[in-house]
Amino acid sequence: MEIFGVPHQAFLGQLLLGLVNGAFYAMLSLGLAVIFGLLDVVNFAHGALYMLGAFVAWLLLDKLGINYWFALVLAPLTVGALGVVIERLFLKHLYKLDPLYGLLLTFGLALIIEGIFRELFGSSGQEYPVPALLQGATNLGFMILPIYRTWVVVVSLAVCLGTWYLIERTRLGAYLRAGTENASLVQAFGINVPVMVMLTYGAGAALAGLAGVLAAPIIQVNPLMGSNLIIVVFAVVVIGGMGSIMGSILTGLALGVVEGLTRVFYPEASAIVVFVIMVIVLMIRPAGLFGKEA
Amino acid sequence: MKRNTLVTALALGFAAAASAQNTGPVKIGFVTDMSSLYADIDGPAGGEMIKWAAQDFGGKVLGRPIEVLTADHQNKADVASSKAREWIDKENLSLLVGGTNSGTSLAMAKVAEEKKRPFISIGAGSARLTNEACSPYTVHYAYDTVALAKVAGTALVKEGNKSWYFLTADYAFGHSLEADAAAVVKANGGTVAGSARHPLNASDFSAFLLQAQSSKAQILALANAGGDFTNSMKAAKEFGINKTMKIAGLLVFINDVHSLGLANTEGLQLADSWYWNQDDASRKFAKRFFEKYKRMPSSIQAANYSATTTYLKAVQAAGTTDSDKVMAALKSIKVDDFYNKGQIRADGRMIHNMYLFQVKSSKDSSTPWDYYKTVATVPGEQAFTTVAESKCPLLKK
Repeated sequence: MEIFGVPHQAFLGQLLLGLVNGAFYAMLSLGLAVIFGLLDVVNFAHGALYMLGAFVAWLLLDKLGINYWFALVLAPLTVGALGVVIERLFLKHLYKLDPLYGLLLTFGLALIIEGIFRELFGSSGQEYPVPALLQGATNLGFMILPIYRTWVVVVSLAVCLGTWYLIERTRLGAYLRAGTENASLVQAFGINVPVMVMLTYGAGAALAGLAGVLAAPIIQVNPLMGSNLIIVVFAVVVIGGMGSIMGSILTGLALGVVEGLTRVFYPEASAIVVFVIMVIVLMIRPAGLFGKEA
Repeated sequence: MKRNTLVTALALGFAAAASAQNTGPVKIGFVTDMSSLYADIDGPAGGEMIKWAAQDFGGKVLGRPIEVLTADHQNKADVASSKAREWIDKENLSLLVGGTNSGTSLAMAKVAEEKKRPFISIGAGSARLTNEACSPYTVHYAYDTVALAKVAGTALVKEGNKSWYFLTADYAFGHSLEADAAAVVKANGGTVAGSARHPLNASDFSAFLLQAQSSKAQILALANAGGDFTNSMKAAKEFGINKTMKIAGLLVFINDVHSLGLANTEGLQLADSWYWNQDDASRKFAKRFFEKYKRMPSSIQAANYSATTTYLKAVQAAGTTDSDKVMAALKSIKVDDFYNKGQIRADGRMIHNMYLFQVKSSKDSSTPWDYYKTVATVPGEQAFTTVAESKCPLLKK
């Protein structure tokens, strides 16, 4: 059987792999969207925070013997705590200024963090094994799907939907959204807006850290792993619409799939297809597919 | 009278310029990937090896101090060539040394040829450097894609692995390696089932591996290096490709094996020009390296040291840093040191032994970094492009 002249095994296989990659895009772009939506900060340090998540997991295992399951909780907490420190020390002072300053600051931070880790651990990368419980693969007939990749999709979707629910459907989310609309009014109602903003950045950082832990068993834990990914993730956020939570989740998954399909039909274009889509979207809907037109 | 003054001034100017060529420090410039996926196999430590070689030579040649400059090309050919141009024009560089990444070495070779300065490429693999793109000023010192293909490829085809599928890094080095390996496969009666090309420093290999698996070839040949090699190797294992296909790394450095661990690389066959544990002289060099960097040197880092020493000997023999005289001296010197024994051919290719290694299992590995056993030693004349195969006009009389 063939679909558009391509064997259906290849077609289904790439579709599925696209979904796996899309799950990573979704989780990373979600964090970016949350931070941008609530803080107006274009967080260029997101790739570095993702790398930190993976490194914390590796350090926990290699130096302290703490396994994957604990790392899944501890690493995002550590990265989130670092996010809080970054917000308190630096970002807090920039809210009154043009968003460009936040972008430059986080970009600089990303370079510094990556530089330090490259100095400490080199560029070859560290090996992080797949946890015993998730080893092995299922034969789907059209492809071999490692169990771990299925796990990644499940966790990522659960986290994405949970975050969406928290922000769009709960009272806490309502405070957050109100705080971004009119901080002084919300403050007047007795809600501590600066602390809320701080925790939001921490949560966004923790999401990146969690994505890092999930990625650690798939790719070599490497100081540069974030800088490879961050550009694509930014394109995803731009396509979905800066600040739109559901938009970034759906766009992340969809673009992963589009990328996968491009690999079937025209592999050479797979590295740029996301950016081509970005250009088209910016021309037709500058606010992004799910963004509100200003 | 006025004209005479002008002529004298001009003459003095020329004299000053000429004497600047032959006094002052002898400058060696090294351009490599200092910060990205190839930084561990060459990088800052690779630059340090050039400095060690200069210090061990006495810090001086022809009574002039030796100065080593280093720069990061960020894997961009234009950054590499503009750095080379700047150093040659402003620093009056005597020798340009090219590190990892073939795209950058090919670009720098062009600059060196135009400016008539000796250029030694070490970390780069593309055999084009001394073949289609050869130049009277280029020396290719360590390994090249032809040697990797002939040494590792021939061994695998002869074991009965006839059909090959390539996963190739999409730039000069990957293209050369794939083409050279495919030629070896076909020459030995094998077939190429197809190839997939991935961008340099790719983040996901699963999609490409899926294509490889559907090709039903016996060998999955990885025509990539550094971080790309380790990540594709890891994904191949995750997707169970190592159960249906045999995986061949066409360019594997000891840092890659260390990074992946013996459990993931056991049994892997690879071609290289040097291994730290091959003899006493190498172990002595490796020990000194280990004390500073807490890891073992790659073949490239060893070659950086050896090539610098060879160049300084050539300068001493020529009695000048004049490019043409030094190039002639380089091609007449017999190299015999801890790195290798050999001689630089007229096309600039250093002809020396290449080795086929196999990665040990963890129970055979007795000390840290004890990773390889030698399967075969291939003489340079067989490993590299032969005079008959070469398209370089410098080789034809």
